[in-house]
Amino acid sequence: MTRPVLEMRGITKTFPGVKALSDVHLTVRPGEIHAICGENGAGKSTLMKVLSGVHEHGSYEGEIRFEGESVAFKDIRASEKHGIVIIHQELALVPYLSIAENIFLGNEQAPRGLIDWNDTLRRASALLKRVGLRDKPSTPVADIGVGKQQLVEIAKALSKEVKLLILDEPTAALNDEDSAKLLELILELRAQGIASIIISHKLNEIRRIADSVTILRDGQTIETLTVRETPDSEPQLSEDRIIRGMVGRDLDHRFPDRTVYEGEDAGALALSVKGWTVRHPVDHQRTVVDDVSLTVRRGEIVGIAGLMGAGRTELAMSVFGRSYGQYVAGTVAVDGREVSTKTVPAAVDAGIAYVTEDRKQYGLNLIDNINRNISLASLPGMRRRGIAGLVDEHHERSVAERYRASMNIKAPTVFEQVGRLSGGNQQKVVLSKWIHADPEVLILDEPTRGIDVGAKYEIYTVIDRLAAQGKAVLFISSELPELLGMCDRIYTMAAGRLTGEVTRAEATQEVLMRHMTAHRS
Amino acid sequence: MTTTTTPPKDASEAPSAQRSTGALLIDMMRANMRQYGMLVALAFIVILFQIWTDGTLLLPSNVSNLIQQNGYILILAIGMMIVIIAGHIDLSVGSLVAFVGAMSAVMMVKHDMPWVLALVLSLLIGAVAGAWQGFFIAYVGIPSFIVTLAGMLLFRGLTQIVLEGQSLSPFPDGFQNIAKGFIPEMGPYTQYHNPTLVIGAATVAFLLFREWRHRKQQLAYDLDVTPTGLWVAKCVAMTAAVVAFTLTLASFHGVPVVLLIMCGLLITLGYVMRNAVIGRHVYALGGNKAAAKLSGVKDKRVTFLIFVNMGVLAALAGCVYAARLNAGTPQAGLNFELEAIAASFIGGASMSGGVGTVMGAVIGGLVLGVLNNGMSLVNIGTDYQQVIKGLVLLAAVGFDVWNKRKVGR
Repeated sequence: MTRPVLEMRGITKTFPGVKALSDVHLTVRPGEIHAICGENGAGKSTLMKVLSGVHEHGSYEGEIRFEGESVAFKDIRASEKHGIVIIHQELALVPYLSIAENIFLGNEQAPRGLIDWNDTLRRASALLKRVGLRDKPSTPVADIGVGKQQLVEIAKALSKEVKLLILDEPTAALNDEDSAKLLELILELRAQGIASIIISHKLNEIRRIADSVTILRDGQTIETLTVRETPDSEPQLSEDRIIRGMVGRDLDHRFPDRTVYEGEDAGALALSVKGWTVRHPVDHQRTVVDDVSLTVRRGEIVGIAGLMGAGRTELAMSVFGRSYGQYVAGTVAVDGREVSTKTVPAAVDAGIAYVTEDRKQYGLNLIDNINRNISLASLPGMRRRGIAGLVDEHHERSVAERYRASMNIKAPTVFEQVGRLSGGNQQKVVLSKWIHADPEVLILDEPTRGIDVGAKYEIYTVIDRLAAQGKAVLFISSELPELLGMCDRIYTMAAGRLTGEVTRAEATQEVLMRHMTAHRS
Repeated sequence: MTTTTTPPKDASEAPSAQRSTGALLIDMMRANMRQYGMLVALAFIVILFQIWTDGTLLLPSNVSNLIQQNGYILILAIGMMIVIIAGHIDLSVGSLVAFVGAMSAVMMVKHDMPWVLALVLSLLIGAVAGAWQGFFIAYVGIPSFIVTLAGMLLFRGLTQIVLEGQSLSPFPDGFQNIAKGFIPEMGPYTQYHNPTLVIGAATVAFLLFREWRHRKQQLAYDLDVTPTGLWVAKCVAMTAAVVAFTLTLASFHGVPVVLLIMCGLLITLGYVMRNAVIGRHVYALGGNKAAAKLSGVKDKRVTFLIFVNMGVLAALAGCVYAARLNAGTPQAGLNFELEAIAASFIGGASMSGGVGTVMGAVIGGLVLGVLNNGMSLVNIGTDYQQVIKGLVLLAAVGFDVWNKRKVGR
């Protein structure tokens, strides 16, 4: 076997309170396409940040050998000097600059401090030809689609004489046609001797182009598998085999026992969404949520599983007052009556609440106190002496005090600034806000993201209590064990479509993962 | 006015202080650090100039003068504070003051319109101007900085057009009274101004009643209340302040009309910002617009109304200023927007929005007003006055930034 182009040995990276990577190994042979697989939070991106110098040498333990030499990168420029270039999921292009300017951004063709535009354009044209892009190098990047922008990123990488190209979810934002083109290009680059590391959730794509795959789970290397012996041979590895590696962990979370709702209307349809279709807010060509229909009954907790970019949050936010994207089609019914959810107030009036996955950006007023954050969604109901438009602050405060006790929000008073609370307590404040708005349907988007195990259990208890009161709960999560532990039914989504519906009895991580990675190709 | 809101700063006044009293005070102070800090600074400035001017500053005649001199800036500052809390800015208010003053002059001087009608129409013009700007900011989505910068040019230009570059005067006496008048004397001669004494007594009664009711409601809802000793101390301090202020005014001509207008605004808008749904929505929008929208706040309507409110207040300030000058002039209201913005920031507003109180804007405005008045009394030139006011603004906000950083760690 030839000498590997890249060897990462014993990489351990710790963030305050979290061990993101623990003794990770990765070996990439020259000229191969090496895939990295793992669930969200398995440590893939962190590993790539260590490799590309985003996490500087010294902030992690372990050794990186590139082309046989031990290397220590202090920033991205240092790794790029060696020919390691990373293309992030979020493209790093400046929209109002031209393709050529973007390609040479930070690497300007300026021999004496002045930019040589002829040389810049000539070289840019040559690079564009290599990636198969026929647009003029003077076109502003904002005027070309996401697929082409991805190609510009690769051209930019090629301009730096790349030896190892790292692509983080390169096709997540692309349609099928653009994805296919991009994968072709990666294969061509391999033929030119450029090795690639590709991070992807799409197992069919990995099977199509990768030579080997390394599986990470909980910050550890699980195994490295060979996908194909020679570049042209058929893959010998099944998707199921990869999935088993990705999810094969013991259930280490604990869940409360589910309480059954025994009201008269138990089992009645509380939420029913039909034919919901939404386009991307900027790129109207792209359908982000495609003809989704689902139901949730009273007293039921229904999960939505899906990998990043599957369209779960987009679905939830567009149902909740069309807060995301461009609405195309679909209806929402609450308790069997069709309701308008055109605006957030309409959705709230219809009895729907949405607890966001990003509480700091979309859920809380961090500079205000617990008291006022909890009351924000139900202020009109806290009338002072029955006068509409006035708030009874004593009533408001007693409500806040009640939730501080019942939700176990750890704060000295309800006048504590929300920005000072821990993630788990912030989440309890957001939940309190929406529970007090007294909705029939609660959409919880990643309600346990970024909070510690103890607080997670408390959140699960709250969710169970809501269902036991006859509320309908739609539970979006990337953590399969918590969906399996909490839900009566689980829908799976991939690429904006529902790809499966699994009952609690049938659900296993393998089954869910198979549905979640089911892409057309 | 300067001392009516003095909080019970002195913990030793509360003899029955419980274990938590100190902590409670610190919490209260910390939550409103800028405002309490500014109140202390205001008291300090007042004492400083009181000594420096050999007691002229707090002479009854000068206190009256101080109120009438600063009335229009305080009115603007109240509106500006709300705009800034919502995360916006309004640069057009100075020009709008001039424009409305000019329009009122045209109506009353050229067309002999009754002053009450002219006043109502002037406020309406302000509302329309505010709606015009609010429309572009809220519904079209142009940043408020740009829209009101345009408004600044636009209204200044319109002022010159309607006045044809000339000043118009004089106004009817009734109109002039808005800025220069006092409430009329009634009853027997008592050496004091009788209605002012009555108003003062009523204010004390009202404040004490409000405190008592607030406390009763808190107890009814089973919430923590301020310890009794501290509460009594607060009531005593408040009463003393109002009595002192009342006697000062009553020994001159009594309560200026402007003061009545200002107190009306302070009470109403303070109440709206604290206790009305729309007021809360303003804070929520300024604090986190995305989260507020996702909580059902009608962001566009709220933004629109904020600017309508600012327009009406600018019009009111315009009338008061014109009445004080007894003329509509093309150069009226120059740099008023900057004074109002400075008052808001001194009084506790934040560049990023979401914090501040109407009371804070008044305190900030008074700091500037007392500085202006005091420095003029001791014959500091306007050149040095500007330098000092600039430094005060910088120091006030700098102190706040420093304090927040310290608390945050």
